[in-house]
Amino acid sequence: MIDAKIPEGNLADKWSNYKDRSKLINPANRKKLDIIVVGTGLAGSSCAATLAEQGYNVKSFCFQDSARRAHSVAAQGGVNAAKNYKNDGDSVYRMFYDTIKGGDFRSREANVYRLAECSLALIDQAVAQGVPFAREYAGYLSNRSFGGVQVSRTFYARGQTGQQLLIGAYQAMMRQESLGKVKTYTRHEMLDLVLVDGKARGIIARNLETGKIERHAANAVVLATGGYGKVYYLSTLAMGCNTSAIWRAHKKGAYMSGVSWIQFHPTCLPQIGETQSKLTLMSESLRNDGRIWVPRKAGDDRVPNEIPEEERDYYLERRYPTFGNLSPRDISSRAAKERIDAGCGLGPMKNAVCLDFSKALKEQGRDKIEEKYGNLFRMYEKINGVDAYKEPMLISPAAHFTMGGLWVDYDLMTTIPGLFALGEANFSDHGANRLGANSLLQSCVDGYFIAPYTIPNFLSTELKSEKVTTDHPAFAEAEMVIREQLDRFLNVQGHLSADHFHKTLGKLLYDKCGLSRTKESLEQAIIEIEALKKSFDHDLKITGDDQVNSELEKAGRVSDFLELGILMCYDALQREESCGAHFREEFQTADGEAVRNDEDFCYVSAWEWKGEDREPVLHKEPLVFETVKLTVRSYK
Amino acid sequence: MKLYLKIWRQEHRESKGDMVSYEVEGISEQMSFLEMLDLLNERLIKKGERVIEFDHDCREGICGACGMMINGRAHGPLSGTTTCQLHMRSFKDGETVYIEPFRAAAFPVLRDLKIDRSAFDHIIQSGGYVSASTGQAPESNSILIAHDTAEAAFDAAACIGCGACVATCKNSSAALFTSAKISHLVLLPQGKLESADRVIKMVGQMDAEGFGHCSNTEACEVECPQEISVLHIGRMNYEYNKALALRK
Amino acid sequence: MKQTTLIYKLVMATTGLFLCFFLIIHLLGNLQLLSPPELAREQFNWYSHLLSGNILIKIISYVLYLSLIAHAVYALIITRVNIKAQGSKYVYDKRSKVSSWNSRNMGILGTIILIFLIIHFKDYWYVYKFGNLPLDAKGNKDLYTIVITSFQQGWYVILYELSFIALGFHLLHGFFSASRTLGLYHRKYAVAIRVVGWIYSLAITLGFMLIPIYIYFNLNS
Repeated sequence: MIDAKIPEGNLADKWSNYKDRSKLINPANRKKLDIIVVGTGLAGSSCAATLAEQGYNVKSFCFQDSARRAHSVAAQGGVNAAKNYKNDGDSVYRMFYDTIKGGDFRSREANVYRLAECSLALIDQAVAQGVPFAREYAGYLSNRSFGGVQVSRTFYARGQTGQQLLIGAYQAMMRQESLGKVKTYTRHEMLDLVLVDGKARGIIARNLETGKIERHAANAVVLATGGYGKVYYLSTLAMGCNTSAIWRAHKKGAYMSGVSWIQFHPTCLPQIGETQSKLTLMSESLRNDGRIWVPRKAGDDRVPNEIPEEERDYYLERRYPTFGNLSPRDISSRAAKERIDAGCGLGPMKNAVCLDFSKALKEQGRDKIEEKYGNLFRMYEKINGVDAYKEPMLISPAAHFTMGGLWVDYDLMTTIPGLFALGEANFSDHGANRLGANSLLQSCVDGYFIAPYTIPNFLSTELKSEKVTTDHPAFAEAEMVIREQLDRFLNVQGHLSADHFHKTLGKLLYDKCGLSRTKESLEQAIIEIEALKKSFDHDLKITGDDQVNSELEKAGRVSDFLELGILMCYDALQREESCGAHFREEFQTADGEAVRNDEDFCYVSAWEWKGEDREPVLHKEPLVFETVKLTVRSYK
Repeated sequence: MKLYLKIWRQEHRESKGDMVSYEVEGISEQMSFLEMLDLLNERLIKKGERVIEFDHDCREGICGACGMMINGRAHGPLSGTTTCQLHMRSFKDGETVYIEPFRAAAFPVLRDLKIDRSAFDHIIQSGGYVSASTGQAPESNSILIAHDTAEAAFDAAACIGCGACVATCKNSSAALFTSAKISHLVLLPQGKLESADRVIKMVGQMDAEGFGHCSNTEACEVECPQEISVLHIGRMNYEYNKALALRK
Repeated sequence: MKQTTLIYKLVMATTGLFLCFFLIIHLLGNLQLLSPPELAREQFNWYSHLLSGNILIKIISYVLYLSLIAHAVYALIITRVNIKAQGSKYVYDKRSKVSSWNSRNMGILGTIILIFLIIHFKDYWYVYKFGNLPLDAKGNKDLYTIVITSFQQGWYVILYELSFIALGFHLLHGFFSASRTLGLYHRKYAVAIRVVGWIYSLAITLGFMLIPIYIYFNLNS
């Protein structure tokens, strides 16, 4: 059984106990320690900056051309913190409870409590860096409410909170770069993790500008490479988002957890054509005033405005009268899929539902709606060429956030000593479903406040061990494997592009391991992905050379997605219950609600890689709830 | 619809590039401009040719990675729009479309439409931050910031660093980019303390990177996807002049 | 001190604004030419004499020469830097759609003005300073007659009018651009300066343009 190393003490004291007892490193010694941080999103940049401020030497890697472009930049809504500025009864405990409940009781109490606890300092930190959060007229910070909670604890900077927080972290990192404590390697992609004596000691990276394979050694490696929702190809993620860093670490021995827990965001723009590459997210805040409906009868070919009121089915209001259009993400997305599958979908591909503002426009007037959502309506018109003041928006659920990721203990260290995973890359604190505005929080808290305590705690034991250089045979060996893989991609010379395989995999997973799954669909998916993988090995076609070559980059990523897809199915298959974003059709009530099984599945899955063509092995970390009582999550 | 594309192809930083013609059929109106390039690339792969390299990532207008000159305009014919947000309904069937990388001496071409914008990172490194280390922050509501001030700082901070301002400037000046950061930070009380030092260093770095002078043609504001105001350039100048006048 | 782009621009702005100020004085002086001929001759010649004698005016005139030279030399340096900053040229360039023509072509407009100034200096300033001019009734050098005579020629009038148009466009952008370089950033006052800039440029341009036309059509003997 694997040990999460949760500190002793009361829930509220665990983190301070940990900090009180963690080992320190003499400032003179910190200069001798190198840390590699892969990824420059919120978790990566904040961790790199903070470690550098403490005096460690940091090497920061990202595949983008600038650290500022990592996908945290696209987060819109906000960041949660239990400041209780609204005096509405918020507290660290309440935030902890909301997050545990929102995650359908599939996360660790101690981690989630720490998340809520550190949220307070994060807002202070961001403000000090110059993040322009929204303010009241008297100059105090402003809050708004978000799905799944009854207090207002979300801090925001218009619809670009992620961008503003990321720029804050990026600037902090650039400051350290100017001081010589951080060296950034942009346009570099990590292709393998190097282990020496079972510990993470460096990475193999490819310089995407020159094609050169580089070796980098360090005393610890941090992966902050984000989520893998792009496995579905069509998602709200950036085109470059991938699983390669964590997947290759997984293949080197790090366990993967909650792999099949993937959140589908309910308010995204639907697919309208086969060549589409991206499903743009429309802020969840739209659901405060928009009403969601589909036609009552299946196969209705009329345009939305021609469908009379009595023939519309406001299915969220019908099924969940209490929360209605503001039901949590997993529930709203699933309800939409249920109607679309029933043939009631709208749009050219019959895959969308209406988000209708006509009532709000009538009641509040256009000015008020424009003030609240003007930028979103403009964005909608830019993308679709449709004026949403005149006709309903068409929206549809899209893959968004991965609750799963590398298994980590309380220290955020994976099962490989010296390898840490931060932010969305770890299986994190969100259980089986994430609440809105908690992802920015988690990545920042991991990077600013947790890893800078836990990494030194690990490094303190490393001071005496011999310094590893890139001349170590382990580097040569890892580099050779990578070179061979790249050569193979270039030399297959089959018929189909990497995107073709990616799209096929995405569709397959969406149908069989997406918003809802069954035993049959998952078993079928495993067989089909295996076949697709074989076809990929033989029929891939990459043109161009081994220098700047985006197709070659894609090939590596798709190859990892294929393997990950199989593990996702195994993970979903073994969990014979419905919880959060994981909905097994076999486990539902008569009226279609999820049935969780705490008796048998109150654990975190932790998968071990056993090699190609071998089934992964499941380990279980039991979830022990000492403070909260497990209840049925109801939004009716 | 069918388009006649003329696309800049260049092998390396040092090599000479050239416009190459392509015909692309079967483009639909609701495709984004980058999806149209995806389609072309898919066909180039089928033919065994090297794909057209271009930077892109989020495809929702916020990461700032995409950026090209389309028909002689930065990010194409629309104002306040990134390349990824441009859709094919903005083009006519049978039209010839010229696609080139953003050009400036400080933005060397890496391959085809990919450019090196690290000069922007260097400008930020020179002083585009508040020197607040983790752990130093006071309670957030102890720093009061008027609503309008916070909004004005946000307007400047919204810059996505795409480089369209430089690309469209006849002098390849980075004044809008640099001034947006200076303005963002000087507007806020947290950033004010370091403002004199910051503006001197950032302007110095901007010059060292090889960007040109600002002639106040205001083209940058038109092409900026975030519609950042040229008045920030005025503020940068003000801060700079003040720093020159007052420094010891 | 290191010469940054902003310092170059500051030199352009301050010298430019000084020249703007000088234009007002110059125009006011020239407007005397519109008085009835005999009065105009007397006044204009007296005014010209005043300008060449006073020590204060002398100092200002040296500042003026220096401003002119600095404005031109710095423009040249800036242009060189800017050409270098552009790197390779766009094959297909429609950037002109998003900015005004004069803001992009201050260099060309400036060059036209410079050529004009050379002619202008040679024909009046040089002649007045170093030439042998007849004296008027009051014993002042009779510059008035030289002016009136030269604007009897149609081509000379056209040359002046065209140069003034170039000057007008140069001022229209230059005046507001200088204000921005000096650091005017407040939205309200930036708009005000635009309006003032328009009024100023129109007044200066039309004022100067009026004089040759008036002379050509009214004083043609």
